[in-house]
Amino acid sequence: MTVAKAMTQALKAEGITTVFGYPGAAICPFYDELLNTDIKHILVRHEVNGGHAASGYARMTGKPAVAIATSGPGALNLITAIATAYMDSIPMVLITGQVNTEQIGRDVFQEADITGSAEPFVKHSYLLKNPADTARVFKEAFYIAGSGRRGPVLIDIPFDVQRAEIDFEYPESVDIRSYRPSSLGNGQQIKRAVSALSAAERPLICAGGGLFTGNGAQLMREFSQLTDIPVVSTMMGLGAMYTDSPNYFGMLGMHGCKSANYAVNHCDVLVLLGARVGDRAISAMQQRGGLTVIHIDIDPAEIGKNLAVNIPIVGDITLVLGQLIEAVKRQMSHSQWIAELDAQRGDNPIVPAARGYINPKQFMQILDRALPDNSVVVADVGQNQIWAASNITFHGGRFLTSGGMGTMGYSVPAAIGAKAAAPDREVVAVCGDGSFQMQMMELATAVQHGINIKVVVMRNNCLGMVRELQERGYDNRLTAVSLDGSPSFTAIAGAYGIDSMTADSPESAAEAVDRMIKSPKPFLIEVSVEGSEKTIL
Amino acid sequence: MKHTISVLVENQAGVLARIAGLFARRGFNIDSLAVGVTDDERVSRITIVADGSDYTLEQIEKQLNKLIDVIKVKTLQSDSVVSRELVLIKVGCTSKQRAEIMSIVEIANGKISDISQNTMTIELSDSKDNLKNYEELLRPYGIKEIVRTGTIALQKGDATVKV
Repeated sequence: MTVAKAMTQALKAEGITTVFGYPGAAICPFYDELLNTDIKHILVRHEVNGGHAASGYARMTGKPAVAIATSGPGALNLITAIATAYMDSIPMVLITGQVNTEQIGRDVFQEADITGSAEPFVKHSYLLKNPADTARVFKEAFYIAGSGRRGPVLIDIPFDVQRAEIDFEYPESVDIRSYRPSSLGNGQQIKRAVSALSAAERPLICAGGGLFTGNGAQLMREFSQLTDIPVVSTMMGLGAMYTDSPNYFGMLGMHGCKSANYAVNHCDVLVLLGARVGDRAISAMQQRGGLTVIHIDIDPAEIGKNLAVNIPIVGDITLVLGQLIEAVKRQMSHSQWIAELDAQRGDNPIVPAARGYINPKQFMQILDRALPDNSVVVADVGQNQIWAASNITFHGGRFLTSGGMGTMGYSVPAAIGAKAAAPDREVVAVCGDGSFQMQMMELATAVQHGINIKVVVMRNNCLGMVRELQERGYDNRLTAVSLDGSPSFTAIAGAYGIDSMTADSPESAAEAVDRMIKSPKPFLIEVSVEGSEKTIL
Repeated sequence: MKHTISVLVENQAGVLARIAGLFARRGFNIDSLAVGVTDDERVSRITIVADGSDYTLEQIEKQLNKLIDVIKVKTLQSDSVVSRELVLIKVGCTSKQRAEIMSIVEIANGKISDISQNTMTIELSDSKDNLKNYEELLRPYGIKEIVRTGTIALQKGDATVKV
């Protein structure tokens, strides 16, 4: 068969039923073969959004998802999505067309060195020059993307290779001598961790995004219950701990809440669970004497990178949590420490907005109350992200966002991907008027493919997060943050045939949210937010 | 502080670019890098001399290990390695100076690889420090050109870095 056909067979063997992409000349042989399969292709309106959609899909399924682009500009447009996935450890396999093998390096039409360009942001990449390697390369790519610390893997395939004839047999297993991700945690370190926790008076768990990629959220909740250790969360870890749990004290860090940051600053043993201690989180976590840090991560390179660690445990988070639960055995109690943290819980007072606006936190709370427990909120980047992260509650729901890279324009395509993967769950993209205008073309994708996402646009007519920065750090000299000239977003929605409503008061917000959730079709809410609203008080 | 790191990699296209790119983007400083195939032609051995603190060294090792094509990474202890660098030095010389230069080369256990009316090309293989010494001894004659391979190193005794 042709390599193009083999590519589709490899996808089927990997259980891929939906792919996201954008065709072009150099990837046409593959697209032609795709017609002969029942794999669903979702045509996005820009390649980067194909990558983000695959990211949203992968975060819901936990397995590598696929995005496709053509050579040159198509492949280059994927890079931001690749980098976004790399920073947040999302498993993806990216397939790009490439010019004919003998033309590589001659600067022919739509040629770009995509394996070279994407190198800093991929877990691994292949330029598939030898047709006979097709089966092995696909098997390895899916294995690498979906194991160890998850991440994006790129396969670049020249046009002539796609048309070459090969004997195809998909391998059952894969063995890469230089890649054997660790699984169980070191027994000695587990013992040390348990003895540190047993002696601790003020232990704390910091829950990170690795709990989702490693499928360990449930075990983390069991561990917290057994040990009675309070939990704070990074932004990537939101939703792993239920918000209504008495042991949960919120999101830490620069934009986190008082109780979480108090907990981090006063704990004596800190357990980092699948958290890489990014700089936005670590600002709360200055190194201090008397603190014992237990860092559990699948990637040894993260341990000790940003924070000195006393007890490193490298391993699969589910297996390590299993080992810890097994080793702890007995029920612990830290009621005094938890009472101390309880006293730090502040309520989040809502100051009503002026007429014609709604307080963005109040809007998030109205949205939160109306959403079913298992909903998926996909936040963009900027003020909208912080308002959502701080006000959406979780009890089985998910919070998806570009945590590491902070990529604007992530929410709508990622929501499309998430909804394609979990059609029975409510999926809401929350973005600002800045980020929405980076991605609003994807409304067409949702309409075309009947993907029933809901979109909330927080409109304050400015790039609010940058404006806040300029107010505080640049003596209120505002530059390049006004979004004057933006269209009516309800009119934009209407142009795509999408129902919409404006929320400019608590009453209209409640009505809009109610209509949105009842709608069996895509729906958009334009939320009227005052330009002076802040994330940091 | 200088560290000598031996890296065994799959002998595949693009591996060197991945490693060089890793050092560049993570801000690790390379003093020298030498690469060549091992007794197993599917495996290449890269010897990197890098400068940095113990923290940097730990990060270099861990980040190298994350590259899928990297099979093994080992930092060699400076007191238990045989390390060599090869240099070719072209010096200007008159016929009268030849004997003098040859005596330096002899002491340095080197070779005269080429000779012409006005030049001699000297081949020296030694540790980096000794080579520096010899280079200074040859400098007065006028060094016209110099090329070096970068350090390669093996551990002393039975210790090996193997796949």
